[in-house]
Amino acid sequence: MLTTIRVNGVDHDVDVDPRTSLLDLLREGLDLKGTKKGCDHGQCGACTVLVNGVRINACLSLAVMHDGDAVLTVEGLASGELLHPVQQAFLTEDAFQCGYCTPGQICSAVGLLAEVAAGQPSEATADLDGPVTLTDAEIRERMSGNICRCSAYPQILAAVRRAAGAAA
Amino acid sequence: MKPFAFERARDVDHALSLAAASPGARFLAGGTNLLDLMKLEIEQPPRLIDVGRLPLADIAETAAGGLRIGALATNTAVASDPKVRRRYPALARAILAGGSVQLRNKATVGGNLMQRTRCPYFMDAAKPCNKRLPGSGCSAMEGLSSTLALFGASEMCIAVSPSDMSVALAAFDAVAETVRADGSVQRRSVETLHRLPGEAPQVDTDLAPDELILAVELPPPPEGGQAWRKVRARASYTGALASVAVAGDRVALGAVAARPWRARAAESALADGASPAEAAAAELASAEGEDGRKALVRRLAADVIRQAREGVGS
Repeated sequence: MLTTIRVNGVDHDVDVDPRTSLLDLLREGLDLKGTKKGCDHGQCGACTVLVNGVRINACLSLAVMHDGDAVLTVEGLASGELLHPVQQAFLTEDAFQCGYCTPGQICSAVGLLAEVAAGQPSEATADLDGPVTLTDAEIRERMSGNICRCSAYPQILAAVRRAAGAAA
Repeated sequence: MKPFAFERARDVDHALSLAAASPGARFLAGGTNLLDLMKLEIEQPPRLIDVGRLPLADIAETAAGGLRIGALATNTAVASDPKVRRRYPALARAILAGGSVQLRNKATVGGNLMQRTRCPYFMDAAKPCNKRLPGSGCSAMEGLSSTLALFGASEMCIAVSPSDMSVALAAFDAVAETVRADGSVQRRSVETLHRLPGEAPQVDTDLAPDELILAVELPPPPEGGQAWRKVRARASYTGALASVAVAGDRVALGAVAARPWRARAAESALADGASPAEAAAAELASAEGEDGRKALVRRLAADVIRQAREGVGS
């Protein structure tokens, strides 16, 4: 099925089997291996990408659902040699061990910062009527869709906190 | 995943005519549950009708002073909407308790209502399950029972609805508006949208194969406090062991039945002057299941009713 999809600013016309997940199109069709396949069932977050600026699990979406969409993967975050502030924060805080979940964690954190900037609440938001303050509890809750089996959570928390400061 | 035909609906009529002409076809919106089940080959629709881009995502106030939420509004959009946060905070809280942000960004209100049980024996294609394979038996009856029904179950099935959102919607007396290929529009209470299992647990709802949810409508929020609470095995991102939504004098329990369970006995007791603990006990008197699970739900319901009355729940 013919589908046009923009990935990291580049348009791709692809002919895909309707069963192809967005994740498999990225990895196998477009050779963008940065986005990882963990559980393939939306439970681990390793496949997190941004579609039209919003973070989703690429494993639970069909490529053909994204005709005309703009997808941003971890490969599209840096500007040449200049890392995205979230990427730099993960390096500075040593927020990974094996690194397999890291692209998903980073894309998820990029989405998180946009959601907080837009004032979207989370389960950790005490006052649904008030502004959102990015406390550690907020970061933990908002990152709960990304599992880290090396359990680098304290450093991931610190990295998101650092990136949020850089973005503010 | 089994092969299927994929078509993007141009408009609602196109979606409905495709559905009417394709036995076994399924509507696809966010896909977060359906595609997962298709990977497991628990769902094997021959055709998917992608309704994800139909213009059904508006959230607007109704003439009656309530709220109309389009079926394709994402869970995130609903929970973030200022009208929902201000007037229906228990609904916003319930939605924010479900899944992860990534899932809520994609999952829709209509899809949330149509999601299938997470009963571990339904999800495991190697196990007998009357909901997945009618007549094969129920593995849950003698299996792990920490997340199984206390109310309205049958000898055939004790699975529960996994939706947090629908628990709050039931407490708000929300109605789902649907349309069929012949143009007929129906309004179905969210509370009873899902069937109790009876002799046919494989049929989740009364919706016809060509029936599409257009919107969910909430009446004005009732007088009195609102509260929501979900108990689960970890702090975030997992299904409920039990949940409770309270809106005014209405109480709904989650993860205890095949549908969001309006606690009518508790509501009657409260109307007669019972305490929250007495009201919760009145509801649980008809529950069938493990004593520990019943005790959990009884205590949770009493706490959340109390919180709503004290105005600290949402």
